[in-house]
Amino acid sequence: MDVYFIVTQLISGFTMATLLFLVASGLTLIFGVGNIFNFAHGSFYMIGAYFGYQLVSVWKVNFWIALVAAGAGAGVVGMAAEYLFLRRIYGRAQEGGFQILLTYCLILIFDDLVKLVWGTEYKSISKPAGFEGALHWGEIAIPTYNFAIIFIGLVVVLAAWWILSRTRAGRIARASAVDREMLGSLGVNVPLTLTVVFGLATALGGMTGALAAPLRSVTPGAGIEVIIDSLIVVVLGGMGNFWGAWMGAMLLGEVNAFAVAFVPEWATLFSYLVMVVTLIFKPEGLFAPTRLRKA
Amino acid sequence: MFSSSKYKFGLLWSIGFVVFALVPVLMTSRYQMNLASHILIWGLFAVSFNMLWGVTGMLSFGQALYFGIGAYSIGLFVTHAGKGWYLAAIPIGLVVATGLSFLIGLLVIRVSGVYFTMLTLAFAQLAWQITFKWYNFTGGDDGIQGIIAPGILADKMVYYYVILVVVFLSVWFLKRLAYSPFGLILRCIQQNPNRVRFIGRSVKMNQLRIYVISSFFAALAGTLMAGVDNSIHTDMLYWTTSGEVILMSVLGGINQFFGPFIGAVILILLEDIIGAKTEYWPIFLGTIIMVFVIALPRGVVGELRHIKHRLKGTDEPGGRHETHAAA
Amino acid sequence: MKPMLRLEGLKKSFGGLRVTDDVTFEIQPHEIAAIIGPNGAGKTTLFNQITGNLAPDAGQVFLQGEAIGGLTPQAIVKKGIGRAFQIASIFPDETVLDNVRIACMSKLNQTRHLWHPAEQFEAATKEALRILRSLGLEQQADRMAFELAHGDQKLLDIGIALVLEPRLLLLDEPTAGMSPEERQLTRKLIKQLWDQYQLTLVFIEHDMDMVFGIADRIMVLNHGALIADGTPDQIRANKDVITAYLGEEA
Repeated sequence: MDVYFIVTQLISGFTMATLLFLVASGLTLIFGVGNIFNFAHGSFYMIGAYFGYQLVSVWKVNFWIALVAAGAGAGVVGMAAEYLFLRRIYGRAQEGGFQILLTYCLILIFDDLVKLVWGTEYKSISKPAGFEGALHWGEIAIPTYNFAIIFIGLVVVLAAWWILSRTRAGRIARASAVDREMLGSLGVNVPLTLTVVFGLATALGGMTGALAAPLRSVTPGAGIEVIIDSLIVVVLGGMGNFWGAWMGAMLLGEVNAFAVAFVPEWATLFSYLVMVVTLIFKPEGLFAPTRLRKA
Repeated sequence: MFSSSKYKFGLLWSIGFVVFALVPVLMTSRYQMNLASHILIWGLFAVSFNMLWGVTGMLSFGQALYFGIGAYSIGLFVTHAGKGWYLAAIPIGLVVATGLSFLIGLLVIRVSGVYFTMLTLAFAQLAWQITFKWYNFTGGDDGIQGIIAPGILADKMVYYYVILVVVFLSVWFLKRLAYSPFGLILRCIQQNPNRVRFIGRSVKMNQLRIYVISSFFAALAGTLMAGVDNSIHTDMLYWTTSGEVILMSVLGGINQFFGPFIGAVILILLEDIIGAKTEYWPIFLGTIIMVFVIALPRGVVGELRHIKHRLKGTDEPGGRHETHAAA
Repeated sequence: MKPMLRLEGLKKSFGGLRVTDDVTFEIQPHEIAAIIGPNGAGKTTLFNQITGNLAPDAGQVFLQGEAIGGLTPQAIVKKGIGRAFQIASIFPDETVLDNVRIACMSKLNQTRHLWHPAEQFEAATKEALRILRSLGLEQQADRMAFELAHGDQKLLDIGIALVLEPRLLLLDEPTAGMSPEERQLTRKLIKQLWDQYQLTLVFIEHDMDMVFGIADRIMVLNHGALIADGTPDQIRANKDVITAYLGEEA
């Protein structure tokens, strides 16, 4: 174990963490602003990956344009899903359970739809021009694409920070666990806000799917793994806590990178354990102030 | 809340039993009996699950864990200890499942709502991962084949009647439970947990009790399943299995005791019919359930009952969906 | 004779807001006491601290000399405090009879029974009917609780509380939302129940007819603090009370 090894793991962990954050942030955003638990969030990631594949590998569109377009596409699908379906169950008794059910159905439908359109074989996207190589430093080689991912992640983080702290929209979003009636009494067009936020979150998820595609293959099962990972991040960071998602992603990404290096078989087990322990002892998130417990 | 017309129950109950009992007699192929076996077992699984959700308001996305323990208990004993252990594996598996559900129950009742659902999901996935990866012990993704019940139980028809009896007795027990004082307190916990405390009862202890009971029957269903297709697979522990019983309950109606059972019947039959014509069954399933969630939240049984009351102009026992969201 | 209820120096703050400000008072057995005050004075919060729903930051609550601070609501209910809530706390999707019956079965420790149908528990059923009778709700025993008129739901709430044979009964705005006729009937009913069940009664109210009609003692809360404590005549003449209520429709 030497410096090179540590650096390699750190950067690889940071890359994974960035991807985790980009996806999980959408999940936590919708929950924080709209009190919607989007169980199908991973499916939008998957849809973005497939859109990316279609644009880049089939239609030979420029990678970066495709990235944005794939995200936008996923966002449109997301807004349609919210407008057509989710909206019908707002305000119902036991809404939480029905949300999980409805989004579960979306998972089933989307997973099969992509198989219908693109078939079941693994698809791939090649890395964008200029980023196929690696940066060499001493004995290690770090893929330049990783840096692209990290850079994009930072851009998103900065943009999010700016929006959340500098704009009115951001301030509304920051008030976590706000219920919809309260939002309405603040003069906010609640239905529109929910649709837009849902669209933004799914767009982010979709873009991340396309972004990650060159590193992993594009498969129908991707959505499921992603939702579990996102869930762990969101639980660590606190549901609805945007910056918590960032910290949770960093933590999970790095822990995972090192765990994979030492005990590859059981690394994912470790992630589940962390989630279980957090939910039991600090369900509001590791980084949140302890809420007053009700009797 | 459940309409308690005893005469009607007894009649439908007997009809149901007779229908299922006649399957091996009237069937034209073994496949039909196999299908009926699946329906019975999943019916029990779904009804036991709904004791948690429809009755008590606890949406567990992790009952597959106990279902899997039941099945894998037999599978592992038969593989590693020998075929003679088939029958002994059943009580052992049930004890393990019940004990584990007690321990996990203590942990999961500490949280509620989405967190509860996610935590149950996490525990089940944890178990799935372990089973999946521990190839040497569990066979991993290959599953375990060649699980044959001993002696006379190896005969499919005999085994079918065993399933029938076990399932009917279990569902009968759960029905008695649903209408007992314990069942009443569970429904009260769902409607107004604070008030339950104010009549001197512990919400958490009762939640734990039903969690353990429900999980016991999930495991029982699992032990029955092992002998039906003579093989088991890690998919039984996967979260989609937990999802199946949730979907069945929604389809049939979570506010009706037999709703989940009917849901199981419909779902399995539909899957059989549609699955034969296309490999895109999940799209159909997802769409159908979405229609129910959005437009027919009472489920098949609930909606039929609603129509019946509407036609008669009678008072309908309260359903949560049309009344109120707040307390 | 020990006081039935004694609050000593109770304090509670949420963030910087003091909702209970050093409240101390005693209530004697079989007294009827009213707690009044403008909206937001902290009356329900006080009740919450007595019944264990909220933990006070400082101070103690004594039930007939026994300190009950820190106990859970279940435990406090078993010690003999009953409570009816501002918004009727009932089981909406059960029948009126079952609402009370479950409380009876709880008292008889029968809620763990999982085999025989609830209807077959005779003792619990008889007692539930008796209580419904004393509330005038017997005719509606088989209706779903959510179908009841608002006022009847509040009575049902009281009925459930009475099952556990409380020594002390806390009622939070028992006549809220009722018409003047209903208020009068409820007032009489509550006085009757107080006599029949030998209760010590503490109620929060805005209905001054009720307050001055049946209370022996009136306590006035404002901004979390007790600003007056005395007989109805004393309170009527109290300048601080009048000031606190200026602008408030009593």
